[in-house]
Amino acid sequence: MKRLLNTLYISNPESYLSLDGENVVVRRDEKEVGRVPLHNIDGIVSMGFAGTSPRLMGYCAEKNISLTFLSTSGRFLATICGESKGNVILRKEQYRISDNKEQSLRIAKNMILGKVYNSKWVLERTIRDYSLRLNTEILKEKSEYLTASIKSIQQATAMDQLRGMEGEAASVYFSVFDTMILQQKDKFQFDKRNRRPPLDKVNALLSFTYTLLVSMCKSALETVGLDAYVGFMHTDRPGRASLALDLMEELRSVLADRFVLTLINKKMIHASGFYQKENGAVIMEDETRKTVIFAWQSKKQEEIVHPFLKEKIEWGMVPYVQALLLARYVRGDLDAYPPFLWK
Amino acid sequence: MTEYKEEDYLMLSGIQHFSFCRRQWALIHIEKQWDENVRTVEGNIIHQKAHNNMFDEKRKNIIISRGMPIYSNSLGTSGECDIVEFHKADDGINLVGEEGLYQVFPIEYKRGKEKEEDADRLQLAAQAMCLEEMLSCQIKEGYLYYHEIRRRTKVIVDNELRQKVYEMFIEMHQMFERKYTPKVKRAKRCNACSLKNICLPQLNSVSTVQEYMNRMLGEDNE
Ligand code: SF4
Repeated sequence: MKRLLNTLYISNPESYLSLDGENVVVRRDEKEVGRVPLHNIDGIVSMGFAGTSPRLMGYCAEKNISLTFLSTSGRFLATICGESKGNVILRKEQYRISDNKEQSLRIAKNMILGKVYNSKWVLERTIRDYSLRLNTEILKEKSEYLTASIKSIQQATAMDQLRGMEGEAASVYFSVFDTMILQQKDKFQFDKRNRRPPLDKVNALLSFTYTLLVSMCKSALETVGLDAYVGFMHTDRPGRASLALDLMEELRSVLADRFVLTLINKKMIHASGFYQKENGAVIMEDETRKTVIFAWQSKKQEEIVHPFLKEKIEWGMVPYVQALLLARYVRGDLDAYPPFLWK
Repeated sequence: MTEYKEEDYLMLSGIQHFSFCRRQWALIHIEKQWDENVRTVEGNIIHQKAHNNMFDEKRKNIIISRGMPIYSNSLGTSGECDIVEFHKADDGINLVGEEGLYQVFPIEYKRGKEKEEDADRLQLAAQAMCLEEMLSCQIKEGYLYYHEIRRRTKVIVDNELRQKVYEMFIEMHQMFERKYTPKVKRAKRCNACSLKNICLPQLNSVSTVQEYMNRMLGEDNE
């Protein structure tokens, strides 16, 4: 399997990135504060506005290193995108499918099955691991609802119907999200999902982690030659990486949500690392963001066995493998798209 | 004989991929997927060296030309020769601006050592066929230079090899026309394949997605 290379995250907004030989050099106030060889990096994510030299952009585009700019709060701004992998044939097929309701539905259905299945197993695992600590009744009940929901999703005949089922399943799942917070409960509460802006610390963490995940999905899709902007379930909207959002659905709960729960439950982050704006928006302190990124990096290194390929890979490779499998289906090598089903 | 249009020329070096695995060739040349692994990066560095010298070298009886662009109308291919050596010989051809007659020898640099498969020989033969067409000469042999063992191996460009090259290019053009990528046939060669991460040959041995979904979603337990 392809090697998991590192992603370089730049979290200080004052940082300016440039190229020196085969290295990326990080400068702050004209002073060099870091230098990393580019040969074992497959992506750079820069959070802030200070900028990047055109030469570094060119190098990244040429070497297929993704270069993504996020705002300090983690909102997606731009990405440097080189000559797209010349795989027009694959892309044309992708566009054909995205214009075809039935074919799009087939893929979207499997992705949503993956999403609901995985969120169900996040609940189930909490039940298994903490049966002595919490009222598992309520989790069990929601998990059963999700099991039923999986059955109905399999019967879905139209995209809108599928979207409706997905929305319901998501709200059932999030209705017990707070139950899975076992530590620092008085400081980290979750009521419901909100994002623009996140109104509590848990939502701030979720939003930020989703941004990291979507940027992984995006580069994974581009790497295998698919167009990250043309989706099957998320409809086209200028500037929206619809296919990356599609792909992310099945990975949200297993990769991002569980990660956020671990941060809180293992007390890796603290309530003092957040502040609230006058309008209620909750923002992470720089230090907290650094901690999250650091933990995310080690999460990406953890190994698992891919449920379909039965091959050992790192968590960080999962978006890439799923993108590859999707490309293989689009190309006609597989009988369907196999979502990532994680128990 | 078929004459190909210039825009339909295929990359000459593709014949190595094609003879190694049809699917690998299609992934690289039709679908433009390329996984630069260590192997190919190394290969590039060696090639850069061979091409580095922009100036041609002249020794007493030999002219060495590096990075010569070549093509063949009848094969429908174009590419480059690492090195073409022109040796002074009575039964050779004349060259523009040079005195005397010369025989032509293509030389191709390869990393690693001599292989059992025909890939390298086929590529060299294809180069020879291009040169013959361009220079209107006859080439009986060329050389493969293997970096790892730092040795030249002589390759006789005989009829059998030519025929193979010729047939392969016909097959390549047909496949390219259909934009067809053959399905995986998992084989021993997959282990050494630089594209196995994209090709995923192991997919052949996993279950169908339908079975996988049924198994995971537990439908068959009902
Ligand atoms: S992995 Fe095997 S089947 Fe796939 S391209 Fe390589 S040699 Fe061919």
